[in-house]
Amino acid sequence: MSETTFNPAVIEMRGASIGAMRDASLVVVEDVHWTVQPGEFWVVAGQQYSGKTDLLMHAAGLMTPGCGTCRVFGCESGALGEAQLADRLRVGFVFAGGKLFTRLTLAENVALPLRYQKDLTPEEAGRAVEVLLELLEITSFANFLPANVAANWRQRAALARALVLRPELLLLDNPLGGLGVRHRHWLMQFLEQLAAGHDFFSGRPMTIAVTTDDLRAWENPRRRFAVLEDRAFSVLGSWNDVKASGGRVVKELLAEPAG
Amino acid sequence: MRGNLAKTLELANTEVFRRAAASKSYTDLVGQKLFRALLTMQGLGAFALITLGVILNKMGVAANVIHPRIRQEISRAGVAMLPMFLFVALALGFLVVGQTVSVLAKVGATDYLGTTMVVVIVRELGPLLTAMLVLARVGTAHVIELGTARALGEVEALEALGIDPVHYLIVPRVIGMSLGIFSLTIYLILGALGSGYIFAFLQDVPLTPGDYLKQIAGSLTWLDFALLALKTVMFGFFIAIVTCYHGLAQPLRLEDVSRVAVRAVTQGIIVCVLVDAVFIVLYLLT
Repeated sequence: MSETTFNPAVIEMRGASIGAMRDASLVVVEDVHWTVQPGEFWVVAGQQYSGKTDLLMHAAGLMTPGCGTCRVFGCESGALGEAQLADRLRVGFVFAGGKLFTRLTLAENVALPLRYQKDLTPEEAGRAVEVLLELLEITSFANFLPANVAANWRQRAALARALVLRPELLLLDNPLGGLGVRHRHWLMQFLEQLAAGHDFFSGRPMTIAVTTDDLRAWENPRRRFAVLEDRAFSVLGSWNDVKASGGRVVKELLAEPAG
Repeated sequence: MRGNLAKTLELANTEVFRRAAASKSYTDLVGQKLFRALLTMQGLGAFALITLGVILNKMGVAANVIHPRIRQEISRAGVAMLPMFLFVALALGFLVVGQTVSVLAKVGATDYLGTTMVVVIVRELGPLLTAMLVLARVGTAHVIELGTARALGEVEALEALGIDPVHYLIVPRVIGMSLGIFSLTIYLILGALGSGYIFAFLQDVPLTPGDYLKQIAGSLTWLDFALLALKTVMFGFFIAIVTCYHGLAQPLRLEDVSRVAVRAVTQGIIVCVLVDAVFIVLYLLT
């Protein structure tokens, strides 16, 4: 059962071992100690297959650590069942590539969580969805199936789907992967607005955690950084600490691409 | 929610289901196959119970989302297959009913016509043929759709949105297929009996429509109606469970989907035959 505490941390991992999504018995990151406070913007960097997605899935309460604890809004992640649905819905999750439902249009994808959780008809959910589609500038693609739009717009639709229930914590798995330069710039600005408090969310600052395999794009003195290296999770601190770090993986993730 | 699928996954994700080392002997191979079959049965049973639990517990949850999906599935496993079933009913009437009526008339055994029709068409061929056709056409689509959704990570996306994958993906398919097979069986039986008489009439068999209907009605009991309804609903339930289980309950890669579809259809046929065998015993006992 859930153990709700008065700890203000949004995510709190203590000695957590992170299992792989395909095979939970396979530990990809060990002994994670990570605390995310409300309003913080975290960037977790790591190379491919370093366990970034799995870490984020644990942070969202979608997986339970093999050992140690992982609390999301003070609730044990393993206990986020039916009874703790309200807590789960405080977390928005954007998968790498979007993972939109292929048989639904972009608008239907965005509307689905709202319709399901609040038992609304398409017409009743329509206005809220329209506003969000306008905000993410994808209104013109609203009636397209995901297969018929470019990855840039699919990623925005996935973001809209994660935001439609107005979460307090937003987790994004490699959100810049496969995006064009213009869309990367737009997304960075939009995330910055969310972190500062967007009007759409009544000016409430949103807690954000992203994973990336390219640290350079996330340079910002207000953000907090961590790195996954050799099955270990290390908190680096601010951007200055990242630059001062002598770690092999950090250097690689800061390096300019060849050519 | 997530637990529903996880429980089934735990059963499916055992060593036996992973690629096992090559067998050393024939007995090893047989043992492995047998053990695998038992685990599949265990997984299917658990999945069926979980689905039943979700159907009962979440009857009114998100009705504005789930009910249209149920209607869509009824349309797919029922209404959309009506033209095909009209053709099958005509063929069945010609192949079975028409010839049976003709042969019985030749040997002067038309008194047994009603009983023969009820046993062959109403109790056996109608429901089983309907189940096989729906399994082939809709069941395979279930495995491919769900397998692809699973491989593309849509199930994880549902869980992240707080949507129970069993409620959203499985329940509409189970209800739709159960009601679809029930309805199509009725159409098939009526169509086959009707077209059968027409073929018999064309062969100048001395049997009036009144006598034909009277004989069939006389051979039917209330138990036939009850067991027919129960049998067709069970066919639909189990076909949906087998196909959805193979599509959803195991982590799949895209290249696994076609192989799993073949396995699901084979197991679907076996389950239908087993259910049919149970009903034959029931008929014999009553």
